[in-house]
Amino acid sequence: MSERKAEFAKQFINAIPHASALGMELTQIGEGKAEISMPYDTKLVGDPKTGVIHGGAVSALMDTCGGAAVMSHPEAPAGTATIDLRIDYMRPATPGHSIRAQAECHHITRSVAFVRAVALDEDDDNPVAMATGTFTVEGR
Amino acid sequence: MARKPPEPVQDVKKRRDAALSALVGGVPYIKFLGIEFDRRGDELTALLPFDEKLIGNPFLPAIHGGVTAAFLEVSAIIELSWSLLWEDIESGVISLEDLQAGTLPRLPKTIDFTVDYMRSGLPRDAYARARVTRAGRRYASVQVEAWQDNHDRPIAHGTAHFLMPRRDRV
Repeated sequence: MSERKAEFAKQFINAIPHASALGMELTQIGEGKAEISMPYDTKLVGDPKTGVIHGGAVSALMDTCGGAAVMSHPEAPAGTATIDLRIDYMRPATPGHSIRAQAECHHITRSVAFVRAVALDEDDDNPVAMATGTFTVEGR
Repeated sequence: MARKPPEPVQDVKKRRDAALSALVGGVPYIKFLGIEFDRRGDELTALLPFDEKLIGNPFLPAIHGGVTAAFLEVSAIIELSWSLLWEDIESGVISLEDLQAGTLPRLPKTIDFTVDYMRSGLPRDAYARARVTRAGRRYASVQVEAWQDNHDRPIAHGTAHFLMPRRDRV
């Protein structure tokens, strides 16, 4: 992998309309790992009484980050699509703080990529959510 | 013994629609995605009108998998909240005035959510229906399915578990 592929993944993420609608920023990518940050925004609130971001926005962040991790894997030739994704919500994200997702493609076969991801806010020791997903390996 | 006359249909509808719009209208993220709810009696269908900002793969193009997941999750949480609210609305525990003043019970919290993607979401409207498979005092399970043009060809389905809001503080 290469700089070229990392550059491609970065451009791809930036070209995703929904990722930009959520204000996502790709902060790290390469060798099957990716980190994407999503700033706090009141329009993403799921519970007006607490101001906590909706779980759906966290799902979108985890899914994007998982896909980016797969695409950055040295053995993944091209695109990918999510087969399934499971998210455990351990605690509500602290209102006012951005949420960072870190995903790792820990195993890849000719047709399936396996991903683990974690979502963090300002407290690195207590994840907001964790996810496990499988993704397709396209273009082979 | 004189029987109580049935409540006028417009009053019933007004009360139920007000309850639903109070529940849905209060959530900014639902507005952000543009999700609407269609009510027939107590049955809800969620509607996600297509919008450019929902695109995840501009080359296909296809709706973002995260949008599909979020749509399923919103549908599931509203269905569960609605089923809890319904009893309180119909029994009069919560009045129309309470709802209009913004008094809503607390929302259930998502414990986990699993989504299976069956087909890519096309750039057109999507629909979803959720079913509460178990509603206990503390935990609830909900199944939800989304489709587009053809109900027999779902694009995704999900299973969610929720922590129920405490009933002692409405």
